[in-house]
Amino acid sequence: MKATVLVRPKQGILDPQGEAVQASLRKLGFDVSNVRVGRVIDLELDDGEAGARARVERMCDQLLANPLIESFEIRLDNES
Amino acid sequence: MSKPVVAIVVFPGSNDDRDAAWALGALGADPVLVWHAEAELPPGTGAVVLPGGFSYGDYLRSGAIASLAPAMGAVRRFAESGGPVLGICNGFQILCEARLLPGALRPNRQLEFVCLDATVRVEAADTLFTRRCQPGQELVIPVKHGDGAWFVDDGTLLRLAARGRIVLRYTEDVNGSLGNVAGVVNESGNVMGLMPHPEHAVDPLLGSADGGLLLAALVDAAAEHALASA
Repeated sequence: MKATVLVRPKQGILDPQGEAVQASLRKLGFDVSNVRVGRVIDLELDDGEAGARARVERMCDQLLANPLIESFEIRLDNES
Repeated sequence: MSKPVVAIVVFPGSNDDRDAAWALGALGADPVLVWHAEAELPPGTGAVVLPGGFSYGDYLRSGAIASLAPAMGAVRRFAESGGPVLGICNGFQILCEARLLPGALRPNRQLEFVCLDATVRVEAADTLFTRRCQPGQELVIPVKHGDGAWFVDDGTLLRLAARGRIVLRYTEDVNGSLGNVAGVVNESGNVMGLMPHPEHAVDPLLGSADGGLLLAALVDAAAEHALASA
């Protein structure tokens, strides 16, 4: 089982990295109204789906995301 | 009386550990470097310093990986028993990630590494770490960091300030830190973190000796804690 964790700066939290990327995109002529930069973490697990989601949530709480400043989303991929 | 032992935890990527040891030694402590893989602090430890640097290359988030090191279990137990703990720069980031201090250190607002002599104002002079300072005293202490913008939610900032836990503030905005906060202390008053580097400001020849006020107070606290636990 594969899992993907998407970690994003929480809504309302300033993201200077996103702002810098937005400014550079504008220089290239792309009119983008907002950019937020997060992180993707791919995991491979031995669990079945039920156990996997709970385990990945615990991983996020304890290490992969900082709940004060980041939100996370878990996607499980059963096909591989 | 023997010199108080101050344990300095060395992580892979720490780079101010020896500077901290030198400064603390000059101020009358017996500094002992402790490798992060150690599960215990040296016997008789009176205080702990988490030094500056880039532990684990700042992977994931600054301080996140180091906060889980075996030595941090010992540091947590030491802090919970009332032992004084000072986190400097990366050490501050580690203490926040370990949730021993409130908040998180985010990338500087200007997305640039800052390296300058910062002026910080002592907001609380009644802590273990600032009791050699006067309230409102301005200290010149160098900063050098990329992730120094301290963040908490607004309610928490007000609550911390009301309880005297905001210890140091920059006199001007250096990194986008909320409320210009440069240093905070925990609820029990024995764990402090700050972004400026007091160990680089202990000799007027190097520009300032103001950091010595904070580190000498830590050495005092180490002696008291060692005596109380003996």
